[in-house]
Amino acid sequence: MAIEQARPDVFDGMALRADFPVFDRLHRSGRPLAFLDSAASAPKPRVVIEALADAYGHHYANVHRGIYELSEDATARFEAARAVVARFIGAPSPREVVFVRNATEAINLVAYSWGRTNLTAGDLILSTEMEHHANLVPWQQLAAETGAALEFVAITDDGRLDLDDLRRRLGRRPKLVAVSHVSNALGTINPVPEIARMAHEAGALVVLDAAQSVPHMPVDVVELGIDFLALSGHKMLGPSGIGALWARRELLEAMPPFLTGGSMISKVTLTGTTWAEVPLKFEAGTPAIAEAAGLAAAIGYLEEIGMANVRAHERFLFERAWSALRAIDGVRVLGPSAPDEHAGVVSFVIDGIHPHDVATVFDHHGVAVRAGHHCAQPVMARYDLPATTRASFYVYNDLDDVARLTEAIHATQQLFRAA
Amino acid sequence: MDNLYRDFILEHYRAPHNKGVLDPHDLHFADSNPTCGDEMSMTLLLDETRERVADVAFDGRGCAISQASASILTDELRGKTLDELRTLDPKEVVENLGVPIGPARLKCALLSFKVLQGAVIGAEARWPDEAEVLAGGSAP
Repeated sequence: MAIEQARPDVFDGMALRADFPVFDRLHRSGRPLAFLDSAASAPKPRVVIEALADAYGHHYANVHRGIYELSEDATARFEAARAVVARFIGAPSPREVVFVRNATEAINLVAYSWGRTNLTAGDLILSTEMEHHANLVPWQQLAAETGAALEFVAITDDGRLDLDDLRRRLGRRPKLVAVSHVSNALGTINPVPEIARMAHEAGALVVLDAAQSVPHMPVDVVELGIDFLALSGHKMLGPSGIGALWARRELLEAMPPFLTGGSMISKVTLTGTTWAEVPLKFEAGTPAIAEAAGLAAAIGYLEEIGMANVRAHERFLFERAWSALRAIDGVRVLGPSAPDEHAGVVSFVIDGIHPHDVATVFDHHGVAVRAGHHCAQPVMARYDLPATTRASFYVYNDLDDVARLTEAIHATQQLFRAA
Repeated sequence: MDNLYRDFILEHYRAPHNKGVLDPHDLHFADSNPTCGDEMSMTLLLDETRERVADVAFDGRGCAISQASASILTDELRGKTLDELRTLDPKEVVENLGVPIGPARLKCALLSFKVLQGAVIGAEARWPDEAEVLAGGSAP
């Protein structure tokens, strides 16, 4: 890894590409791949791929079971990975970190376990118009099953949460507020400490969908003042199939299990079962063992760069992309204009050209972007758009990618204009 | 470069045939592309035999591929029997576009087919098996 200090607040993203084998691959256009879809899932650095191979190759046995050296080794590494995740998000204890498959599963765990225990007909769940389906559909299901009401905080024309609307709705004393830290569809960074403070004053717990923030900026669960946090490993340079739920210890202690079966028990008889201590109570079956090691390696890689540097780098690229795209006739960029409120996600529309067509033409130019509703159809409906095109940045992106993005927009406009 | 965006496709996109809503109509169905949320509807008018398509129109907004596909497909439907439409081969619909369609855009190319199937079969009509359609050639 080479971290260049020439630019004061950023590093050389182009140099980091050497750490990611996927960038060795040439696009069929003959040009290097301009990868601008990290918000969907991120490429893996060599250290993560090697950590997976090492875990499978040299340290693999089932965890929390075997009375032999290899299993104890595997267990120690699995628990060490849990401690790495805990430290990375500022969790007071590793026992507050539950390994799950991804952020979606983490939110479902809260909805099933906490939700079905604590909500009844007449209660209110508050979410927002900005959410990814992962932080929306589980609450719809929970509301349907418990008879609780589900309301959504409005978003403004420039893609920010309407805090006055939040305040009004908190007056109805919801039991739970489910909100994303960063919108995957708009790039908005929500003022979580303020939201959490307001929610707690109204007596609600806060579930934070941090799938788009933990990979890209410093996140500290205590400073944020939240109660639950969901993250996905694959969006933060880690393997797919592993993510984490963080929750305050007393909440986890009081919650019933989500999935049941092997390894989450204390004692089983034919007439009943008692549960293992947290977090194992929530980890039924053999977990993603090697993937935990891979996630810890990804966190190690990010910590070496420094999360404040990651954020500064993406903020810099966002500012450049925002001004470059705003300068193009017929292009409209969504979300807040203030760089402090906008992550490295640029969601845009080109007049008269459908985002699917945009992404296909981009692909001909070796520029990988996401086009569609971004699993946030209510956001699209809010702006009366069928879909948008989304470019998202990460550590290996740099100004050359911003140039490729604007070049691809011009090429797309030219192709459709020529017809 | 763009085989996918040959003038033929872009002409259909700019000036689609059979666009609009038939009033009155005998059959109507609407559906959306799950990958992008694009919505499309189709209305069909039957002739006096009640078995044959007299007129057809589609409506909705979408990408060049889905709009051109609907434009080309609806051009083919007049005079066909409902039975012929029920057994229409999705591979033919994709082939009639005359451009290479990869897995990423297959749903765009097939949305009009899916909506037509909904109109002539009902809401139980399903998306065709993508692997089968991509395997190319004519139906077994």
